[in-house]
Amino acid sequence: MAPQLLGYAARRLVQAVPMVFVIILINFILIHSAPGDPIDFLLGSSDATEEYIAQVRREFGLDQPLPAQFFAYVGKVVSFDLGYSLRFREQVLSLILDRLPATLLLMGSALVCSSLLGILLGAVAAQRPYSAADNAATLVALAGYSMPVFWLGQIMLIVFALNLAWFPTQGMMSLRAPREGFAMVLDIAHHLVLPVATYSAYHLALVFRLTRVKMQETLAQDFITTARAKGLPEGRVVYRHALRNAMLPVVTVIGLNFGFMLAGSVLTETVFAWPGTGRLLFDAIGARDYPLLMGLFTVLSVMVILANVLTDVIYAVIDPRVVYR
Amino acid sequence: MAPGAPSAWRIFRRNRAAVVAAVVLSLLTALALLGPPLAPFDPSRTGIGPSMAAPGAPHWFGTDELGRDVFSRAAGGMRISLLVGLGAAGAATLIGLCVGAVAGFFGGLLDDALMRVTEVFQVIPRFFLAILLVAFFGAGLFNIIFSIAILGWPEVARIVRAEVLTLRSRPYVDAARVAGASRARLIFGEILPNAMGPVVVNTSLLVGQAMLLEAGLSYLGLGDPSTVSLGVMLQEAQQIMRDAWWTTAFPGGLIFLAVLGLNLLGDGLNDVLDPRARER
Repeated sequence: MAPQLLGYAARRLVQAVPMVFVIILINFILIHSAPGDPIDFLLGSSDATEEYIAQVRREFGLDQPLPAQFFAYVGKVVSFDLGYSLRFREQVLSLILDRLPATLLLMGSALVCSSLLGILLGAVAAQRPYSAADNAATLVALAGYSMPVFWLGQIMLIVFALNLAWFPTQGMMSLRAPREGFAMVLDIAHHLVLPVATYSAYHLALVFRLTRVKMQETLAQDFITTARAKGLPEGRVVYRHALRNAMLPVVTVIGLNFGFMLAGSVLTETVFAWPGTGRLLFDAIGARDYPLLMGLFTVLSVMVILANVLTDVIYAVIDPRVVYR
Repeated sequence: MAPGAPSAWRIFRRNRAAVVAAVVLSLLTALALLGPPLAPFDPSRTGIGPSMAAPGAPHWFGTDELGRDVFSRAAGGMRISLLVGLGAAGAATLIGLCVGAVAGFFGGLLDDALMRVTEVFQVIPRFFLAILLVAFFGAGLFNIIFSIAILGWPEVARIVRAEVLTLRSRPYVDAARVAGASRARLIFGEILPNAMGPVVVNTSLLVGQAMLLEAGLSYLGLGDPSTVSLGVMLQEAQQIMRDAWWTTAFPGGLIFLAVLGLNLLGDGLNDVLDPRARER
């Protein structure tokens, strides 16, 4: 099965390649259709020297016809040259890669916490549908994705960081905290709590609602009746037989929502001054640093595309019914 | 409607949360539209009250650091946020209706091509695309509405296409075709009216999503600088919320109420428009 699965993963990866070109094409269209000279968007700053402007013009082939410009542009992106940020005086790609670990830490922690909790709560709620507890949980979940995520962050910050002073207000590490060992891990974890709680709210609500519906559907199916009739304990029926099946669509939704989750990450990072790509995006917007903006769009999009592929592969692993094609 | 079937209003009334939501939404709309009679202060005039006064009479939501009345600003902000929400959701629905109807009705290569485009738009991280669009084309209200509309239409297109696919081979459509109805008449006169149920429900949800997206864009500094939306207020509040919690709590609370209301309303509309949802 393993080689089959590898082949499937490889094929899905190849199928994803055109999407990457669409992303590059979008950047290219934006540079050329937005009001203003394309060179302004490629430089992203007005304090460029004459030589540098001339160099960029040459590199992107701006004196040549559009198709040639497009191939020049694709060539640069494909060779991992996402341009130079005059504002930060650094290569765009290395700027982004520097910040990526912090974003992945925040996203990963939130994803794990909210998915596990959401699936568990959804499974519990599905066993007593329309009970008082279930209705309350459903309403809270609805509230969870009816509010701007950064507003929730602001409120959390005011209540838990400023008034109660339980958690730090911003950043990923304290200024004077130790930079190694377990003490550093603890310090980072302390800084993680509020951003993760903020960022998890939407995802938790989503996973909860979906699991609850799918669990209800699954619990009404014949094989569950069979399992019960065999005399299996209820816990085993619910958590081993039903939950395994109910979780399949949840996995898909987590994958499909990866893009929205990245968006949530940007907003959450901005509230808590978390030193990740979101904060970088915020700074890039403030400075209208176009090369950095396009670079971030490209990298984050590729991450979303990869996440989609990964979701399909995981789905194939956990659902034995999937036929590899 | 079959004789003896409960009227739409009676079905809707059974969903108490949706009724409450409709009332809250009406109040919020009144606040946005009426403005001055309810919110007497000039939203942009500074020094109307002391700087950062806590909520209380006459400034129910307090004042910001420039002494502007937060309640009056929020009323004006509600108007802009609702305008963006309705505009973007309306545009997204319109685009989605056209794409979905054409794809579903004509099928074949056209369908394949349109659905491929729809798929592409569903995979790219759309919030970031909206950020790019607004950053490149300028943060005007129209650009913001347009950028958010681009995020919403693929879902609409998929919903409409699925509906059209099941409807186009119904006997009543065949009857109209045999009677000599034109294609346009078949699509717009016979098929689409019957496909509108899920579309209307989705539009209600889209308005809420659009309001959240507008708030997100504004918060990142991509709001229209010439108007004050609720999102812009939240962005302004970021600097002073440590000393004046009301500058973020109230504008954000209004967004929350509106979006929650729209989501619950969508639920209620679903009860009315989708016969399968009535069983509960």
